[in-house]
Amino acid sequence: MRRYVVRQLTQFVVVVIGISLLAFGILHVLGDPVLLLLPQNAGKDEFERYHKLLGLDQPLYVQYWKFASKAVQGDFGKSWYADTPAFRLVLERMPPTIYLTLAGLVVALVISLPLGILSALKRHSWIDTFCTAVAVAGQAMPLFWLGIMLIIIFSVRLRLLPASGYGTFQHFLMPAFCLGAALAPITMRLVRSGVIEAMNMEFIKTARAKGVPERNVVIKHAFRNACIPVITVLGLQFGQLLGGAIITETVFAWPGVATLTVESIRNQDFPVVQCAVVLLALVIVSVNLIVDLAVGVIDPRIRAGT
Amino acid sequence: MSTTPAPTHVAVVAVAGDATAAPTARQVALRRLLRLRWGLAAAAVMLLIVASAILAPWLTPHDPLHVNIRHRLAPPAWMAGGALDHPLGTDQVGRDLLARMIYGGRVSLVVGVAAVLLASSIGVLLGLGAGYFGGRLDWTIMTLVNIVLTFPFVLLALAVIAVLGPSLVNMIIVLGVAGWPIYARVIRAETLALRDRDFVVAGRALGMGHGRIIFRQIFPNLLSAVVVIATLQVAQVIILESFLSFLGLGIKPPTPAWGNMLGEGRLYMLNSWWIATFPGMAIFVATLAINLMGNALRDWLDPHLKL
Repeated sequence: MRRYVVRQLTQFVVVVIGISLLAFGILHVLGDPVLLLLPQNAGKDEFERYHKLLGLDQPLYVQYWKFASKAVQGDFGKSWYADTPAFRLVLERMPPTIYLTLAGLVVALVISLPLGILSALKRHSWIDTFCTAVAVAGQAMPLFWLGIMLIIIFSVRLRLLPASGYGTFQHFLMPAFCLGAALAPITMRLVRSGVIEAMNMEFIKTARAKGVPERNVVIKHAFRNACIPVITVLGLQFGQLLGGAIITETVFAWPGVATLTVESIRNQDFPVVQCAVVLLALVIVSVNLIVDLAVGVIDPRIRAGT
Repeated sequence: MSTTPAPTHVAVVAVAGDATAAPTARQVALRRLLRLRWGLAAAAVMLLIVASAILAPWLTPHDPLHVNIRHRLAPPAWMAGGALDHPLGTDQVGRDLLARMIYGGRVSLVVGVAAVLLASSIGVLLGLGAGYFGGRLDWTIMTLVNIVLTFPFVLLALAVIAVLGPSLVNMIIVLGVAGWPIYARVIRAETLALRDRDFVVAGRALGMGHGRIIFRQIFPNLLSAVVVIATLQVAQVIILESFLSFLGLGIKPPTPAWGNMLGEGRLYMLNSWWIATFPGMAIFVATLAINLMGNALRDWLDPHLKL
C-alpha cells in the first residue's frame, strides 16, 4: 500500500508542476503579455520599458521561478481589469462551480444507475435497446444547444423556470439537468457493462446457490462489484465533468469560475485567466488523486498491479 | 485506466455464459450487421452534409451574407408569416437561415478534419516513439499525456485562444494540439504489444533501421485504430469548435458557422426560436452521424479496440 501511495503522490507532484509550466508557457512562450497590455501603436522603447518593468527581459527560467514561487503562496498577480488580486476573484467564484458540478453528478447518477442496472439485467430487451439509443443520441448532443432549447421551452414558452441566475433551487434545475444529461450516457454504459460482467462471476452463482433472493444478488453482490470501475472512470471523467460545467455556466450565466474566465478572456485580463486555469486544473488533479487512493483502498488488486 | 479490466473476465463470460444471459452467435452477428447498417445510413447522411457544404453556391439561391433588413426575423415557411422563399426563416438582419446553415457546415468540416489530422499526426508519432523506444522517452511522453489529459479540452482551448486571439487557423492549432494524447496512449499500448512480435524481431535481424521497422512493420498494424479514433474525434472537435464560436472566441460573424449562428440566435430566442434551434440541430445531426460511423468502423475494423 505504501508503495502505491508514494507512486500516486509522485505522479501528482509531477502533473502539478507540468500544469504550472503549461499555464506559464501559454502566456510567456506563445504570446507576449506586453503585446496584450499596450495599445497597438505603442513605440518600441515603450515596449522595452514595460518588458523591464514586468521582468520580462530576464531569462525564462528565472521568470518561471518567480511565477511558481508566488503562485504557491496564492499570488497570481493583480487583475489588470479590476485591480483586485486574481486569486481572490477566482476563489470567490469557485463555490457556484463546485455546486453545479456536484448537482450535475447527482443528476447523472440518478438517471444512469437505475437505467444501467435495468438494461444489464434485461439485456437485448426493448428497454436495453431504447436506453442504448438514447445514450448514443445523448453523446452527440451539444451541451450548449440543449441548454438553449431548455431555456426556450421552460423559460420562454412555459415560463416555469428562470432562464439564468443563481441562488434558489429553481435556478439549479435546468443547469444541473443539462450537465447531468451530458454525463449520464457514458455512466450508464459503464454501469451496464459492469453489472453484466459481475453477474457472470462465480460468486453470483454461489450466492444464488445459497438461496439469496435475486434482489439481494443484484444489489449487494453484482452492483457493489460493478461500482469500482464506475467510480474510477467517474473520477477520471471529473475533468470532463468540470469542462461540461464550464459550458453549462456560460449558457445559463451561472456566476462561477467559467463565466469569470470567459469574461476575463474578453477583457484580456490575463492574470485572472491564468489563475483560473491553474486552480481548476488543481481541483481536477486532486480529485483524481483522491479517487485513485480510494480505489486502491477498496480493491487490493489495483494497488498491486501495473 | 484502460488496463484495469482483468483479461480473465472475458474467459469467465465465455465459459459461464448460460443460455439466458449470453447472446447466441446468431444474435451477435445480427447485432453487428444492424450496427453496420446504422453506420452506412450515418455515412449517407454525412455524405449529404459534405456534398451540400461543397456545393453550397449551387444549392441555395441566397447569399449567406446578404442582409435584407425588411425581411428580418421571418419565421420558417410552415409557420404563419413564413414564406417559401426562406424555408427556415431569416435571422436578425434578414439573412436566409438555410443558406447560412449550408455554408456554416464548411467551417465545421474544415476545422474538424484539419484539427484531427494535426492531432493524429502528433499523437501517432509520439505514441510510436514512446512504445518503441521505451525508457526515458516513454516516461516523458506519458507524463505529458497525463498533464494534457488533466485539463478539460475546453479549458485548454480557452486559455490558448485567450493569448493567440480567435481565428480559423488558431482554432485548428488549438484543437489539434489539445487532441493528441488519446492517440499517443492507444498507439503506445499497441506498439508495446507489437514490439517483440516475431515479424518485428525478424525485421531487426534482417538489419532494418528503426525508422523502417516503425513505419513499415508496426504502423500498418495500427492504422485501423487510428482511423476509428480519428473519426470519433471529428465529432468532438466539431462540438468544441461550435462552442468556441458560440462564445465569440472562434469564427467571428458575419462568416457563417453553426456555433456563432447559435450564439447570435441566443439573443433572439425570446421571440425567434428558429435562429438558435436549426444551427444546433445541424451540429447534433452531424455529430450523431459521425459517432455512428465511428462505432460501425470500430466494429468492422477493430472490435477489440478500447477507448
